[in-house]
Amino acid sequence: MCDETILVHAQINGEEVAFACRPAQTLLDVLRGELGLTGVKEACGNGNCGACNVIMNGVLVNSCLVLGAEAEGCTITTIEGIGGPEGLHPLQQKFLEHAALQCGICTPGVLVAAKALLDYNPHPSEQQVRRWLAGNLCRCTGYDKIVRAVLDAADTIALSVAPVAEVSSNG
Amino acid sequence: MAEETRANEISTELGPAQEPAFKIIGTRPVRPDGLDKVTGRAVYGIDMRLPGLLYGKVLRSPHAHARIRSIDTCRARALPGVKAVVTAADLPTIAGDPAHLDDASFALYCQRANILAIDKVLYHGHAVAAVAATSLQVAEEAVRLIEVDYEVLPPVLDVVQAMREEAPVLLPSLRTDELGQKSERPNNIASHVRMQRGDPQQAFREAAVVVDREFRTSTVHQGYLEPQTATGLWNSDGQITIWTSTQGIHNQRQQIAGILAMPATRIKMVPMEVGGAFGGKIRVYLEPLAALLSRQSGYRPVKLVMTYAEVLQATGPTSGSYIRVKIGANAAGCITAAEATLAYDAGALPGSPVLDGAGILLSPYKIENFQIDAYDVVVNKPQTGAYRAPGSANANFAAESVIDEVCEKLGMDPIEFRLRNAVQQGDRRIDGTVCGRVGLVETLLAIREHPHYQTPLTGKYRGRGVASAFWFNWGGRSSVTAAVNPDGGVSLVIGAADLSGSRVALAMVLAETLGIHLQAVKPVLGDSDAVGYCDQTSGSRTAFSSGLAVYEVGQKLIQEMAARLGEYWGVPPAEVVFQDGIFAAGAERMTFAQAAAQVTGQCPIVAAISVHPQVVSPAFATHVADVEVDPETGKVTILRYTAAQDVGRALHRSNVEGQMQGGVAQGVGWALYEGYVYSAEGRLLNCNLLDYRMPTALDLPMIDAVVVEVPNPDHPLGVRGAGEIPIVPVPAAIANAIHDALGSRLGMLPMSPARILEAIGVGQPTQPEVG
Repeated sequence: MCDETILVHAQINGEEVAFACRPAQTLLDVLRGELGLTGVKEACGNGNCGACNVIMNGVLVNSCLVLGAEAEGCTITTIEGIGGPEGLHPLQQKFLEHAALQCGICTPGVLVAAKALLDYNPHPSEQQVRRWLAGNLCRCTGYDKIVRAVLDAADTIALSVAPVAEVSSNG
Repeated sequence: MAEETRANEISTELGPAQEPAFKIIGTRPVRPDGLDKVTGRAVYGIDMRLPGLLYGKVLRSPHAHARIRSIDTCRARALPGVKAVVTAADLPTIAGDPAHLDDASFALYCQRANILAIDKVLYHGHAVAAVAATSLQVAEEAVRLIEVDYEVLPPVLDVVQAMREEAPVLLPSLRTDELGQKSERPNNIASHVRMQRGDPQQAFREAAVVVDREFRTSTVHQGYLEPQTATGLWNSDGQITIWTSTQGIHNQRQQIAGILAMPATRIKMVPMEVGGAFGGKIRVYLEPLAALLSRQSGYRPVKLVMTYAEVLQATGPTSGSYIRVKIGANAAGCITAAEATLAYDAGALPGSPVLDGAGILLSPYKIENFQIDAYDVVVNKPQTGAYRAPGSANANFAAESVIDEVCEKLGMDPIEFRLRNAVQQGDRRIDGTVCGRVGLVETLLAIREHPHYQTPLTGKYRGRGVASAFWFNWGGRSSVTAAVNPDGGVSLVIGAADLSGSRVALAMVLAETLGIHLQAVKPVLGDSDAVGYCDQTSGSRTAFSSGLAVYEVGQKLIQEMAARLGEYWGVPPAEVVFQDGIFAAGAERMTFAQAAAQVTGQCPIVAAISVHPQVVSPAFATHVADVEVDPETGKVTILRYTAAQDVGRALHRSNVEGQMQGGVAQGVGWALYEGYVYSAEGRLLNCNLLDYRMPTALDLPMIDAVVVEVPNPDHPLGVRGAGEIPIVPVPAAIANAIHDALGSRLGMLPMSPARILEAIGVGQPTQPEVG
């Protein structure tokens, strides 16, 4: 076992953060352990389920497959950075309204993945949502309500950012 | 899209004319635990942290079957940071010859032997020892330092092979219960049970059509994403607290009390949020180990978390099975005779759900002549546990495939055939129970009239399949406690676990009963000391039975409030009436909140209720699937899927649809992708979520959930239960669709691409997968 620790600096959920980690420690372990961001879920531990999804320098990653040390100089967004109780992201709001969660263990990872999708493609089709979320396993919902919630959130965001004239001309 | 979903909730013509006017039941409110779950704040078992916390790790067997000659833990104990090491020697022992235990002792032996292997390991991943240390890294290193001397024995993995005379025997004390008689010698068949009525042989001779087929299905896992976890604290005063992810705090408390030979009252179970269960979080695995390690480490708290490989290797999946079904029908399309043999592997210790499979497979139909034989068989695989309608999807796959072939031979539409044979009120089920008001016919009509079934499917390699299903449902014991607060709110303490929406559904029942806003009810999950005994959330029982308890606790609160108001108003309590949330007597009127403010000040109002409903009304479902098969790759694409199900009454409409959609998705996995693959030596080869392939968003279409509501007359709100039956008809509906597309039947689950190619004669013959 190598006990030598590495000091890492990163921007996490908009805040400059420094943490010490062991060379073999995963980013998932650091986020959940050292930084207390337990919204990041650990399930399969080997990149197959997406429960630990975070956005790292604009790219969706499984934090269980990234070393803590690799976060040096990176910008990272977890579920805690997407929206909190004081202000939910439209995706979070739509997941509640559509009952797109049951046990909730996959939910943070699915929301982070959906956020990355809408950042990349604000107007996805149903099939694009399904393809993008294929890396996130959900055993409870059958994905139906998840896909509907993501599509609905995309519509909501589009309406909220569209100029007023454009909205009224469409409506 | 929301309108589209709502449009699917058709009510059938046979429904009752007078529907009660509910204000809250049947709507789609946001669940109270939702905010924490979408923001990542919900606290699951793995999130537990306590002062002085130690980390545990389990040593597991690399062998499927071996005798343990010795275990040397000296080097592990000597490692700095290691605080405790336990083996089966630390479990209480059972008096008597291990080869001749009575039934109760044998059951306890099995419970303990699954926590830590006693003398023998019986499957790859069987727990042999456990360690607690100051960090997970030290615990993992310590586990590697434990030396176990194994005498490797030949394993048996297949249920049919395990039944043979020459098969290796797993358990020296297992005697077959052969139709009530115990066998002389130990073998792997734990029991043989027969259900029969009439004269099937004579009926087969007279039948116009007889179809007789054999089926094999693989072991599949619940596949909840949250691995098992438990944190235990054994205090020096002998009190134990366990924080865990469980379907039933009280059931697990009783299991732990038995395993550790402790009074149950000394054990407090604290429920954490549960990250999926589906039956898999009823049995204890880590909880007794956390307690034992805590005691041995000087009463420090110990947390254990499984890896996903451990989940697949060592927690209870459901059985691999052999099923033979023979059905005879007359020329008019009435089933006249049936015969079935079901052999389910139980994993390494007895208790497969074979009797459930035997009880459900022909229960949608009126059959007067039948014989069903059911065998429970041990093999060198993990002990099976409950999985959503235990033992049913594989049995239904066999029976509904044969029914489909009978329809084909008779040239009858599959819905018309089923309507002709469907059980209705007054008909006697296979298990002898006479049906009350049930909704099978309504689900068949819902599918027949649905745009899906009305739209013809065209195209080569495309096919449509139908299947119906029965599930018992369950009542069980339920306890709740409610307290009226002076602000008009009500705190509701629930004994049941919340796996996917119990809190919101039960809060809706109380709000409806009391005529108050949903937000005025605060549902919380009690620990095992805070609320009376409540059976586990399983068997589709919680909305039904805990729903009944909540309805009754509401009535009790109303009575008490009315009595207090009578005193306050100076009228006899009987003159105080309660309707639509208003208490009234003569000219006096008060809302529930006003009454609460008035009457709870002097003395609080609290009510507790326990119920154990004995009359349980079953669930029926009918599904239709459209598939397309790629003849080059063998891939099956599901083009369209519609599920109709009688739920009695939907409490939370979206959550009921979610149960149906999720059940269908699990059924699709069972049908097409999932199955344990073992090496000849009995090592599980696909113990990760890439190789144990569960459906993704890309594998499924939208799943049309048609909520049929034939109210249960034996429940004040009409509830039956909804969670389990949606998985049951899925493999059969898909298999029948594949047959419609290809003209061939696979007779095996999963219907993997290799097997599809083999069935259409273009692939290489596949090795039968063990498991």
